[in-house]
Amino acid sequence: MTNAAPDRHRPDLPARPSPTRLAFFLAYLQIGLSGFGGANAWMRRVIVEERGWLSEQEYAEYLGLAQILPGPNALNCAVMIGDRFHGTAGAALALLGILGGPLVPLVGIAGLYAQYGSEPLVAAALKGLAAAAAGMTIGTALKMGTRLRPGLALSAVGVCAFVGIGLLRLPMLGVVLALAPLGILAAWLAPQRGGAAP
Amino acid sequence: MTGGTVLLLAQLALAFAPLSLVAIGGAIAVLPEIQRQVVDLRGWVAADAFMDLFALAQAAPGPNMMVVSLIGWQVAGLAGLLVATLAMVGPPALLALGLGRLRARFASLAWVRVTQAGLIPIALGLNLASGVVLAQAAHHGATTLVLTLGTTLFVWLTRRNPLWTLAAGAAAGMALL
Repeated sequence: MTNAAPDRHRPDLPARPSPTRLAFFLAYLQIGLSGFGGANAWMRRVIVEERGWLSEQEYAEYLGLAQILPGPNALNCAVMIGDRFHGTAGAALALLGILGGPLVPLVGIAGLYAQYGSEPLVAAALKGLAAAAAGMTIGTALKMGTRLRPGLALSAVGVCAFVGIGLLRLPMLGVVLALAPLGILAAWLAPQRGGAAP
Repeated sequence: MTGGTVLLLAQLALAFAPLSLVAIGGAIAVLPEIQRQVVDLRGWVAADAFMDLFALAQAAPGPNMMVVSLIGWQVAGLAGLLVATLAMVGPPALLALGLGRLRARFASLAWVRVTQAGLIPIALGLNLASGVVLAQAAHHGATTLVLTLGTTLFVWLTRRNPLWTLAAGAAAGMALL
């Protein structure tokens, strides 16, 4: 099954540029290579903000589905977005780019780390990098929240998810299972479902 | 390839493929179990080396689950890296492919769209929580706090490339930490 863009299932959404296979692979290579501190924030940046292949709302829908599956969210997202544009080949290209790109530097860094990891300067740079990368994850979540502008009920569900996992450190599976019905109820009651910010 | 290597690769695949299917919330969710298997059960990697590999996978580019790739590399070189990565990525990827296609087929149904919309705030809440947990782990005094808050505002309020703030973070770390 191939899905051409514009998404024929969502005629309500404006047509967006559709990437070629090469452009798509290169985008995921870029996501993999720049994905310090986790790939989700970079995927949103490259696919939504830089290339404009998906709207904020469409990307958020993939992210929402990806989290109820096992495995890394970012990779699940990559597979579904790849399949949307280029079928199974697209899914494989997305995985190849996002994983294959960083493999070489990762192994190289691992070798260097074994030798220089205890150097104070290297350790200090990694600490600074980790602090900034955490900020990138936080900033991306806040940006999506402000751009999607969910209603009061949906926002409350999001806040509960944050408090449960981030502050109370409750088990993730339990939190997601408990909040999913509430989120769906909130979406059902919301006057304008899926209304993305312009 | 010797019989011993093949056995080792099979053990790697058997260790990670089942874990990949219970890793709801990503590799972080099964990190304790990975540690139990790799360090305690098999003795492939020493305990402190395991933490180093994890820190490295977080600091280096690429998804954080690539700690598994590094473990494979340590255990059996390039073949180990490929087998471990495929075992951790393959099963969930097939599930995602299936779910993505179900979604595409039924996307016009109202309940499917309501379900998708209802899952979005949970995803955002979880991502925000991940960021805060990472920030706490990265917290080493005022410098790191400023770096985290500064990057948060930079990414939230501008469209500029965050690589700049990450580079600034590494530089500030070297200068101040």
